[in-house]
Amino acid sequence: MEVNKFEDVFEGKLAKNEMVEPKDWMPDNYRKHLIRQISQHAHSEIVGMLPEGNWITRAPSLRSKVVLLAKVQDEGGHGLYLYTAAETLGISRDELLDNLHTGKAKYSSIFNYPTLTWADIGAVGWLVDGAAIMNQVMLQRTSYGPYARAMVRICKEESFHQRQGFEIMTRLAFGTEDQKAMAQDALNRWWYPTMMMFGPPDAESPNSENAMKWRIKRETNDQLRQRFVDQTVPQVQYLGLTVPDANLKWNEAKKGYDFSEPNWVEFKNVISGNGPCNKERLAARNKAHNDGAWVREAAQAFAKKRNEIYVAA
Amino acid sequence: MSDNQGPVWEIFLQKKAGQPFVHCGSLHAFDKEMALQNARDLYTRRNEGVSIWAVPSNAIVASSPEDIGPFFEPANDKVYRHPTFYQIPDAIGHM
Ligand SMILES: [Fe+2]
Ligand SMILES: [Fe+2]
Repeated sequence: MEVNKFEDVFEGKLAKNEMVEPKDWMPDNYRKHLIRQISQHAHSEIVGMLPEGNWITRAPSLRSKVVLLAKVQDEGGHGLYLYTAAETLGISRDELLDNLHTGKAKYSSIFNYPTLTWADIGAVGWLVDGAAIMNQVMLQRTSYGPYARAMVRICKEESFHQRQGFEIMTRLAFGTEDQKAMAQDALNRWWYPTMMMFGPPDAESPNSENAMKWRIKRETNDQLRQRFVDQTVPQVQYLGLTVPDANLKWNEAKKGYDFSEPNWVEFKNVISGNGPCNKERLAARNKAHNDGAWVREAAQAFAKKRNEIYVAA
Repeated sequence: MSDNQGPVWEIFLQKKAGQPFVHCGSLHAFDKEMALQNARDLYTRRNEGVSIWAVPSNAIVASSPEDIGPFFEPANDKVYRHPTFYQIPDAIGHM
């Protein structure tokens, strides 16, 4: 078949809402876009374990400790599902990890903010996982099969993440004055960084057009952000807390809230390495990887000794 | 850069005894034992299965998408392979 025939088959699949599978022909740019997006997503799951892992040893009760531990373990699993999805596109795990460790690959800007109090663990589960879920629910129908299937599994597991975060917020918001203040402080600090998770405004989002055309994304950054605000504001009201946005107002005409944009200059700064925790996060990942080198070497030697060598596929 | 993550394995889960094994994803592991343990940790944290198959990825032989036509079409015109092709007299009822 000639290239344009292949292209017709590919376009035909997209038009019929069929999924593209690893062995199918796909345009180079589609493959590149997917590798970038899926690996960024995987890195975000892995780096995202750090701000929450920070509180495992200091969780206020045994119950909250096992819950947080289970959640962080899930995030590690999500990273692994996504790495293997990216690998079906012809990039090796080593290369993916190397791109993270050298700072060549990006991960979600949100994980470069610190978790200062226990309330932050509530805010992260409630807001950050909430925003991630909104994006991931859409991605269950993304056009690349392995990515979509990873998302279905991830979404099933995510449903408790947001609930456990909201439960922490509830305890604090209905607790003592100090606890309520702590909850409000966490909301104040996480609100805008969470809004940034959906990416730049549609008009300034360089990758959005292709992502929509190829049905990798099905909704735009601004659509998802609007839905997130509309969904979250009633939850803030329930908690008796205040959204840190003086411009937040119900707009009857659009049946949604008007709200302030996050600070996009800050977003660009954080993305390009200058957020409050970028260096710390990368250093932690590099250390974990290097400290684990002997385990990989030992496992390899052991497999060799037992004559059980499988060639890397 | 050396690949030191170990080879890729495809993981199949059986949800309940008696049911077929279904592919659920892949992972890296250096040997059979590690493949099974990793699969347990990665794919059955919520009782998703009672039994696991781990198969080295490169042991799998797959049909290729370009061959869909020549490979599967021969089955299309063989309606006589289905029970609906045959007429059973009303007097017989269910068969
Ligand atoms: Fe996750
Ligand atoms: Fe999560």
